[in-house]
Amino acid sequence: MEPRLRIENLSKRFVLHEQAKTIPSCEDVNLSVYTGKLTALVGPTGAGKSSVLKCVYRSYLPTAGRMLYRNDLGTVTDLAQASDHEVLTLRRNDIGFVTQFLHCLPRKSALDVTCEPLIARGTSAHEAHEEGKRLLRCLKVPERLWGVPPATFSGGEKQRINLARGLIARPRLLLLDEPTASLDPGTTDNVISLLQDIKQDGVALLAIFHHPELVSRLADNVFELTPPLTTPNLQETTLS
Amino acid sequence: MKKILEVRGLTKIYGSGCPRCISATGPAHDTNVCPHCGTVVAAHDVAFDLHEGEILGIMGESGSGKSTVVKTLFFDDKPSSGSARFHDGEQVQELFDLNPAEQRWLRNHKFGMVYQNPNLGLNFNVSAGGNIAERLLMNDLRHYGDIRDRARQLLARTEVLSNRMDESPKRFSGGMQQRVQIAKALATRPPLLFLDEVTTGLDLSVQARILDLILEIQQELNTAMIVVTHDLGVIRLLAGRTLVMKYGRVIEAGLTDQILEDPQHAYTQRLVASAL
Ligand SMILES: Nc1ncnc2c1ncn2[C@@H]1O[C@H](COP(=O)(O)OP(=O)(O)OP(=O)(O)O)[C@@H](O)[C@H]1O
Ligand SMILES: Nc1ncnc2c1ncn2[C@@H]1O[C@H](COP(=O)(O)OP(=O)(O)OP(=O)(O)O)[C@@H](O)[C@H]1O
Ligand SMILES: [Mg+2]
Ligand SMILES: [Mg+2]
Ligand SMILES: [Zn+2]
Repeated sequence: MEPRLRIENLSKRFVLHEQAKTIPSCEDVNLSVYTGKLTALVGPTGAGKSSVLKCVYRSYLPTAGRMLYRNDLGTVTDLAQASDHEVLTLRRNDIGFVTQFLHCLPRKSALDVTCEPLIARGTSAHEAHEEGKRLLRCLKVPERLWGVPPATFSGGEKQRINLARGLIARPRLLLLDEPTASLDPGTTDNVISLLQDIKQDGVALLAIFHHPELVSRLADNVFELTPPLTTPNLQETTLS
Repeated sequence: MKKILEVRGLTKIYGSGCPRCISATGPAHDTNVCPHCGTVVAAHDVAFDLHEGEILGIMGESGSGKSTVVKTLFFDDKPSSGSARFHDGEQVQELFDLNPAEQRWLRNHKFGMVYQNPNLGLNFNVSAGGNIAERLLMNDLRHYGDIRDRARQLLARTEVLSNRMDESPKRFSGGMQQRVQIAKALATRPPLLFLDEVTTGLDLSVQARILDLILEIQQELNTAMIVVTHDLGVIRLLAGRTLVMKYGRVIEAGLTDQILEDPQHAYTQRLVASAL
């Protein structure tokens, strides 16, 4: 089967002009993510795990390599070369990202924050709210919090809102960066079963997990990253 | 997503100009004033596309040319050269080729502007409701009762207390004046809105509510917007894509999260680092 996403020779280096230095963050990464399967990125801190996800989502501009995304029609887009407008369209319809932190408007309720991605795609408010409530219930977010802006929530509560928001629009490719880092074991089990459900639905997942146990319970493929070597040719100072 | 605006080669100079104005100004020369003839190159070769319902941010330091870009597009100022194609349904119009009457018509019907200084956007000699009525009258709404109802609805939508609609906005707070400006700009449901530093100088809590309102409107009416600001927080909250300007030039353009997390240009890196 063709992969949903194939990453070929991906490298990312940060060129910091002020300090006149180059920081390598991932080097020559090759991996594939398949429909209905979860690929886990593992490796020590600083290995570049988050950087790979951010390159795929294009929050980072890759320095080299290709990231071939294949949509349901079989059309392949190189995310490294796609225009900003193409990336925005893919983010709305195809690619979701659950980051470690939740950014949202101060006045929006948790339920509205959760439903936003679905409404942005044109689903009716009523339908979106029903689905939002289902997910929040599933993730054990207490009902009294649904109408409250998440700004004052605990770390674990925020993380569950963030997850619900990432899952609600059923992206075809979902990127997860430590989605269970601040959850208790009971909630973690719920998250695992939710992730198993969405795998069943045919979502392709590329994920970073805090706990090795989650990797063993959820991953179909494991890809190990090692921190890029700061070889002399990578340390070359780039001034422009 | 359909394009609503295509801007190419937009340039505005103040002064007589000389053959060396362009090559002697810009970020590499740390100035927008031509050393040979004293001409100000306020904006040079600005280009971007804007799609329906999209919010584009323009950021940069004071004097970088941000307002110049929106002022030329809103016909407050004439560009020195360049083109701007506005897509209105199936019709495409070259904005800078239109005659003044056609430009006024677009301003009154299809565009809206919210200025940092409410003096520029509001008429303080008439009431808040009257300000909106003026714009509705230009749009062929004639019946007094209809105009008043619509003005009341608009003010309610922007959270201006309706019992104050007959007062002059002169005595309103800064935040309220901005709400009246937004209500006025929205009166014709324009597909394109320009916002120039609309929250600068307001209290943080007032700012937050105005920004919320802008986002709600964008979602409700699918209004495309160009948001000019030097505030990275405003850019982060509102804009999907961002242009960074310096000395009249666009030095970097990209997805807003990419501009903030992985800025490419030395100047943007400094700007983002200093805002952390
Ligand atoms: N925006 C950035 N600007 C500069 N350097 C960065 C940036 N993002 C990441 N890096 C650098 O890239 C390297 C890889 O970082 P990354 O966050 O991808 O690692 P990680 O594997 O996710 O680590 P952790 O397990 O601690 O989250 C690090 O040296 C980091 O300092
Ligand atoms: N009428 C004018 N005559 C001469 N120079 C002008 C005129 N209007 C603007 N300028 C100059 O053009 C340059 C760009 O001005 P502009 O108002 O676009 O800057 P800006 O980026 O909006 O700055 P700010 O953040 O301070 O509002 C500035 O150097 C300004 O002094
Ligand atoms: Mg990380
Ligand atoms: Mg200005
Ligand atoms: Zn000159």
